[in-house]
Amino acid sequence: MSLALIQILNGLQNGLLIFLAASGLTLVFGILGIINLSHGSFYMLGAYMALTLTSFTGDIFLALALGAPIAFVFGMAIEWLFIRHLYNRDHLQQVLLTFALILVFNEIQQSVWGSHPLSIPTPSYLSASIPITGSLSYPVYRAALMLICLGLALAMVFVIQKTRVGRMIRAAESNREMVEALGFDARILFRLVFAAGVTLAATAGILAAPVESAYPGIGDRVLIVSFVVVVIGGIGSIRGAFVGSLLIGLADAFGKVYAPQFSAIIIYALMALVLVMRPAGLFGRA
Amino acid sequence: MTFDRRKFLAFAGAAGASQLAMPFVRPSWAQTGALRVGLLLPYSGTYAPLGEAITRGLELFVKGNGGKLGGRDVTFVKVDDESAPPKATELTTKILQGEKADILVGTVHSGVAMAMVKIAREQGVPTIVPTAGADAITRGMCGENIFRTSFANGAVGYATGEAMVAAKVKKVVTLSWKYAAGEEMVNGFKRSFTKAGGEVIKDITVPFPEVEFQSALAEISTLKPDAVYAFFAGGGALKFLKDYAAAKLGIPLWGPGFLTDGVEKAAGPAGDGVKTVLHYVDSLDNPENKAFVKNFSDAYKVTPDVYAVQGWDAGQLLKIGLDAVAGDVAKRKELNAAMAKAAFASPRGPFKLSSSHDVVQNYYLRELKGGANAYLGVASKELAPDTTGCKL
Repeated sequence: MSLALIQILNGLQNGLLIFLAASGLTLVFGILGIINLSHGSFYMLGAYMALTLTSFTGDIFLALALGAPIAFVFGMAIEWLFIRHLYNRDHLQQVLLTFALILVFNEIQQSVWGSHPLSIPTPSYLSASIPITGSLSYPVYRAALMLICLGLALAMVFVIQKTRVGRMIRAAESNREMVEALGFDARILFRLVFAAGVTLAATAGILAAPVESAYPGIGDRVLIVSFVVVVIGGIGSIRGAFVGSLLIGLADAFGKVYAPQFSAIIIYALMALVLVMRPAGLFGRA
Repeated sequence: MTFDRRKFLAFAGAAGASQLAMPFVRPSWAQTGALRVGLLLPYSGTYAPLGEAITRGLELFVKGNGGKLGGRDVTFVKVDDESAPPKATELTTKILQGEKADILVGTVHSGVAMAMVKIAREQGVPTIVPTAGADAITRGMCGENIFRTSFANGAVGYATGEAMVAAKVKKVVTLSWKYAAGEEMVNGFKRSFTKAGGEVIKDITVPFPEVEFQSALAEISTLKPDAVYAFFAGGGALKFLKDYAAAKLGIPLWGPGFLTDGVEKAAGPAGDGVKTVLHYVDSLDNPENKAFVKNFSDAYKVTPDVYAVQGWDAGQLLKIGLDAVAGDVAKRKELNAAMAKAAFASPRGPFKLSSSHDVVQNYYLRELKGGANAYLGVASKELAPDTTGCKL
């Protein structure tokens, strides 16, 4: 297999994982109108949760089965405690509060788990690597990760396009006042959406943990990339987040090999280009 | 939200006023009583374990000397530098002027260290750098009162290159983060490796602090070098070791010791067989190291790492300087001169200083096996760091 094909594989895998984190951010940003800087922290907490939960369940997927509901409840609590006070306030206050949350979560992480990098075991049945060229092997867990992310993406599209909750979410995104006027309790809907966003970020953190390990600041990079994806895809658009994530993943993978001196800026250049051509993002409404 | 703007202003004002008043209410015994050793180190964030290890090493040494250096009691003044270069100037000024430190010890982050050294040179306060590896600190920025008890990035790379030459490695791909420390580690390596006829096929860099290595691994698999020379640290190093092992390239992995230090256990089987070079390994067989490891483990219930040794040696170096002036820190010229001539037995082996006040020391070849670094031999004996640009 040639280098280009391997890079397509790497780019898709990376992009799908980014999508999981970015989809949560775009939902919260698009529907609640909240700039949630602490989104990366939920990814980080997911990674550390994976560490603790695998240590006594012994398997990353059991950790996910336990961790996702915990993240959902945690997200509801955070929304009730902090976020709901922000809906009618300006972006500066949202940024201040969610930035404060980052500091709090970092401090919690330091005191609970310490600051040494920690490793999360890959399940034994997925720990092999498949040879794809004479000298390079591809870890099975990464391949499994791609399929899982793809499955979750399809599930998300189904929920948003085909279910009643999905219709309410779409309606709330396009016109919040009208949804409330029709008698739906937007407060509950918002709480669920925020909790779903937290769960998506934490799920990404948990699933990535055996590959990424857990260390302080692991969420920062995810936060920045997620915002880039949201801007490229269009605020609030799951489809946009999906396309944006894959674009970023592929651009990054190819940039590193074919234009290494520009690889640090290539995704931002892509974002700038999209902003010039389509200021609302690829799938955003102007 | 009852915490309105007025209350905030009142609160901030009160806090600001108390800050301003601080230097005036401080008792004046600071000048004549205990010696004030300022520690500008990271006590929060990614580098917090390093700051703590350095502090422990230094405190252990002073405690072993009855809490005194040069006949005077020692008080430590600790300031968290947050590894944030933009804050370095302010915090250095705070520790020197506000806290009236007689001696300055810091720090880990090279960007912070360079800003700190700049001020320390202007003010002439005796300063010991216990970790930050930026080459410039003991090259272009060197000074009469600036000392380093750790290493220069370039020297660690140089020693690793010599070890790889000795292991008959011919063709290498280098891989590191694209930032100052990475470039210095790679350039130091190339100086010794290419001088001995080795060939560097390609330098691959990854933007700092990104940890997606699959593209680099794919490229390495097509280049097929004899070995890979890689420099990463902390969480990035751990992820790299695991990704490298999972890619099953079958190409030996080498690097400066920071590639494995602190993540030996977490790497598990993924780290087996990785060869690194550093000026310390905790299994070194010399009496100073045995005593040090025992003391340190008894005191803190953990085995010491290279950073603890660098803190301990900062204490040894300070003692020599302060003994020479009987604790009178006003005699800076004599104090600096005594430290410049210092030579002593460190847990890492013999310790002395170059003309640029950087350490001339042995570098050791280690191999990671079963979660611990095993000592394989001396890679570079009493290697002197590059002093180009230093006029001392």
